[in-house]
Amino acid sequence: MAIVDTAARPAIGGGFRLQWEPAQDAHVLLYPEGMVKLNRSAAAILTRCDGARTVADIVADLERAYSATGLTADVCAFIALAVERNWVELRA
Amino acid sequence: MSEPITARPGPPLWLLLELTYRCPLHCVFCYNPTDFSTVGPELETAEWLRVLEEARALGAVQLGLSGGEPLAREDLEILVAAAHRLGFYTNLITSGVGLTETRLAALKEAGLDHIQLSFQDSTRRMNDFLSSTRTFELKSRVAALIRKYRYPMVLNVVLHRLNIDHVEEILGMAEQLGAEYVELANTQYYGWAWRNRAQLLPSRAQVQRAEAATARFRARVGTRMRIFFVVPDYFETRPKPCMSGLGRVFLGIAPDGVALPCQSARMLPGLDFPNVRAASIGSIWYDSPAFNRYRGEGWMKEPCRSCPERGRDFGGCRCQAYLLTGDAANADPVCALSPHHHLITEAVASSEQEAGAPAFATPLVFRDHR
Repeated sequence: MAIVDTAARPAIGGGFRLQWEPAQDAHVLLYPEGMVKLNRSAAAILTRCDGARTVADIVADLERAYSATGLTADVCAFIALAVERNWVELRA
Repeated sequence: MSEPITARPGPPLWLLLELTYRCPLHCVFCYNPTDFSTVGPELETAEWLRVLEEARALGAVQLGLSGGEPLAREDLEILVAAAHRLGFYTNLITSGVGLTETRLAALKEAGLDHIQLSFQDSTRRMNDFLSSTRTFELKSRVAALIRKYRYPMVLNVVLHRLNIDHVEEILGMAEQLGAEYVELANTQYYGWAWRNRAQLLPSRAQVQRAEAATARFRARVGTRMRIFFVVPDYFETRPKPCMSGLGRVFLGIAPDGVALPCQSARMLPGLDFPNVRAASIGSIWYDSPAFNRYRGEGWMKEPCRSCPERGRDFGGCRCQAYLLTGDAANADPVCALSPHHHLITEAVASSEQEAGAPAFATPLVFRDHR
């Protein structure tokens, strides 16, 4: 799996759209003729992938929001997976 | 997989609007009903808008706009804009005929997310013959427009005996057009394709050569162009999980407002398919007898009823079971466990025999009004 630079700015990939679906009580990621239903932690990360925040910003934000520490490895692992699936693209 | 299949469905996540059966092409493999010209008048714009609102409120997220040729509807831009506002992910499934730059710019502005462009073949002669019109150059121009408006270049090519030997050329053409995704979809035998099955079903050797050619091409282009090769189910021994089970995720609306659990389901006898002109989408999806008929597993017969795989394949395709065996509740005869599987193997065997014979010993029936 690729190593994610914490200074990179992740954004939702082209052709993908993230939205809240009340009928499914979940965030979903939509793409041509398909959909991924996201669990809460995936949604918490992806909703922060706005192309402005860095990976480090997102980690700090999540640690604050969930009163947690040491989330860097988990967040990086998820973002690496998301990049592999084109859900997210990394900007400099 | 021996868990019972629940009869109570989730929302109709995937909504397909067949806006019109009108189409400038006359493809021999079209799955539209062969009596499409007798179908009643198309829904009005306001009626389609109500369908969009009600389906979205139930939780539909993916929207397919298809036909016929959806560009034949002059209100396509209005429908796309409304769908986008409602939060649908909008997919246009088109032959490209009628997709001018003016219309594409308006569709982009309206929020269209995705376009799938169909091609009949790589050579102009074959493409024009199979769709019975001269459209190949037009499609090349449309492909360029699609790129210009920054849509991913997604091509769909329907394969059958008359073009499957050209897979390498088809993929080469797709590469030249800058395709990012190519779906090589083997013909499914419904509608006009069912009528023409004897002429369209490839031989096993043809399918294997096409798969090998696809594998070579993939090895060369890597991830730059992703190729989906949909194997024709006649060559399988387990049925496809058709529509992920009827009435589970897919809701199709035909041009005249008839609601269908699959685009081909109109042919199934004894089902009174509700019309959106007379009923709400919610009552159609959850309460209508037609949508509940093949939900769960109470309708299944042996060998499906006790089969450990019934939760994975839902007994295959109801339309195929009906077309081949006369009873839509039978197992899809593609399944080797079906007592009717010989109907599939015999069709394949006869296509082997005819492989060397002239392709047009019996005439092809081009989709047309009659």
